[in-house]
Amino acid sequence: MPQGDTGGQAQDVLDVRDLHTVFRTRSGEVHAVNSVSFNVRRGELLGVVGESGSGKSVTMMSLIGLLPSPPAEVRSGEVLLDGEDLLKASPKRLREVRGGEVGFIFQDPMTSLNPVFNVGFQIMEPIRRHMGLNKRQARDRAVELLDLVGIPGAAGRLGDYPHQFSGGMRQRVMIAIALACDPKLLIADEPTTALDVTIQAQILEIIEDLRQKLGMAIVWITHDLGVVAGIADRVLVMYGGQVVEQAPVHPLFNDPRHPYTRALLKTVPSVSGERAAKLQVIAGQPPILGAAPSACPFRDRCPLVFDRCHQQNPPRELVAPGHDAACFHPSARTEREMAEASA
Amino acid sequence: MTRPLVEVRDLKMHFPIYSGLFRRQVGAVKAVDGVSFDILEGETLGLVGESGCGKSTCGRAVLRLYDITGGEIVIDGRAIGSDPWERLRSMRPTMQMVFQDPQASLNPRMTLGAIIGEPLVEHTKMSRAERRARVEELINQVGLNRAFVNRYPHEFSGGQRQRIGIARALALNPKFIVCDEPIAALDVSIQAQVVNLLEELQDRLGLTYLFISHDLSMVRHIADRVAVMYLGKVVELAPRDALYSDPLHPYTKALLSAVPEPDPALAGQKRDRIVLQGDVPSPANPPAGCNFCTRCPNVMEVCHRIDPAFLEVAPGHWTACHLHDPDHRGTLEAGPDDTDNENAGRPARRKTPVTGANSQQGDLT
Repeated sequence: MPQGDTGGQAQDVLDVRDLHTVFRTRSGEVHAVNSVSFNVRRGELLGVVGESGSGKSVTMMSLIGLLPSPPAEVRSGEVLLDGEDLLKASPKRLREVRGGEVGFIFQDPMTSLNPVFNVGFQIMEPIRRHMGLNKRQARDRAVELLDLVGIPGAAGRLGDYPHQFSGGMRQRVMIAIALACDPKLLIADEPTTALDVTIQAQILEIIEDLRQKLGMAIVWITHDLGVVAGIADRVLVMYGGQVVEQAPVHPLFNDPRHPYTRALLKTVPSVSGERAAKLQVIAGQPPILGAAPSACPFRDRCPLVFDRCHQQNPPRELVAPGHDAACFHPSARTEREMAEASA
Repeated sequence: MTRPLVEVRDLKMHFPIYSGLFRRQVGAVKAVDGVSFDILEGETLGLVGESGCGKSTCGRAVLRLYDITGGEIVIDGRAIGSDPWERLRSMRPTMQMVFQDPQASLNPRMTLGAIIGEPLVEHTKMSRAERRARVEELINQVGLNRAFVNRYPHEFSGGQRQRIGIARALALNPKFIVCDEPIAALDVSIQAQVVNLLEELQDRLGLTYLFISHDLSMVRHIADRVAVMYLGKVVELAPRDALYSDPLHPYTKALLSAVPEPDPALAGQKRDRIVLQGDVPSPANPPAGCNFCTRCPNVMEVCHRIDPAFLEVAPGHWTACHLHDPDHRGTLEAGPDDTDNENAGRPARRKTPVTGANSQQGDLT
């Protein structure tokens, strides 16, 4: 499995290999994550894009055992956090990892904060649990964190409850909680999807700023290609529970190789540049993941589909330095200029 | 001659706040506070703004789903601003709505056929067979399979459910449809399908849309003219290309610069984007003067005192900002004077957008 150009073990914070997650439901199994492999380097921001149901959130939740089991079952794979396999870790060890070494920001800031505790308590909880600070030290740290994420009058707001904050402010509190114990890795699951564009711009600004100050690795899950283009170093595109393309951000947007990525980039209208008379569409629906894949998940919607796509599931292959795609079609292996010239 | 199908004048929708032992009214949430616009026949007016700015309330108020606080609405030549509910019923077939959440706006206990057929039962005297034929025609029109007629909403995907909502809105051959964030709950690849469907239907049936959305790039695609709302007021109204290439109001500028571009090369250049500080003030307690004065990067002293008038500063281009109001320009010493050269050739200022619509006719005919 290709792992990018410089997949050296030493600089990977997280290395995920061949992860399979299955949900057992009354109407049969759902194979939500199929053989997903990726790595996150130190200080890197990895963007993960895909439609809803493509398995991006389930993948990240599988990593630190956040999925309820049953129905979820992580069937196989390795999740190496600094060389330690989290799938084999004890529940006690996992509790140390969650909130301590790995921070998690959830999509909806309203439902992920506890409405009956004040914000100060919720920020201090992980600090006291993981870092062993006493109440006063934890309080100082909480004020420092709220300052860091740009909440004005931080000391005065520790006693406030989540409903007294606006959506953008709540998401800042979530970021503060995730950062509380200086995590090695921050997983942000659609952190700006529920927010307005002007508030989203504020949050993106804070994240850029914090990355420079703290230097942790970030996995940023989103369905908004614009956000990824602005902040990511490397991008993972997921479809039907699989990684279909992985590349640094510039090649991915300028020279996408997988037909799904190409189509996705065309469907998004822009606020500047030429305005198309008609939007490009990807016909059809995303696949239902009822069984382990035996063929390409994108075959029913792919404009370039041919016989082999129905028989085999394409593996990820290196198509350029640091750039891999899971597609059999020869156009995935040719650069855009050459593909256009031959077309 | 193209005439406005929908005329909205000084629309106000205030929701009372009751408090205390006797539940006395202590204030009002001014969700929509003096909004005026026209929509020409066959046109799409985009209405954009952040959540809580009153855009959805405005869309619902235009269809009289609320008892409005003030103002007048004329749809297809009939003033409906103060009509009682019973009289409005005869008007309902002309004006329909597509709702935001396709999951919540479809009755889970009704089949597809019953959902689409319900408006026909209510408003027409069609026989069962006629109704059935019409339902099948509608199902075809929105690109669903006729065989689905006996299925329930949970058996459909999000995009298909939104198509059902559209088919239901089309059942009575309406002239005017309010689309309230019809694509917000859908995935990117499905959004494009629904937007294309709406455009096709508009071409085929000559529909007029009020398209409410917070997605500026999608509105740029679908709308002919765009209105930007902030805290219950329209701050800028302009033809689409003018608004996106030359926004005048500081809020529109900030909003446009906050949209992330799906191109890393462009994203690099856009580092000079305007990031607004703070949050939207509460509509129950808006600031004195201009509503935007608490977050505006170009705020002047006059903005804290006087609410700017909604003026036409270029043909068809309306904005409510002191920066573009010659009466107050004196207070601005060395500000960005990007509109100076336009002043010479611009028409006399007018106070309502009625004539604004007329000056547009040149482009439309």
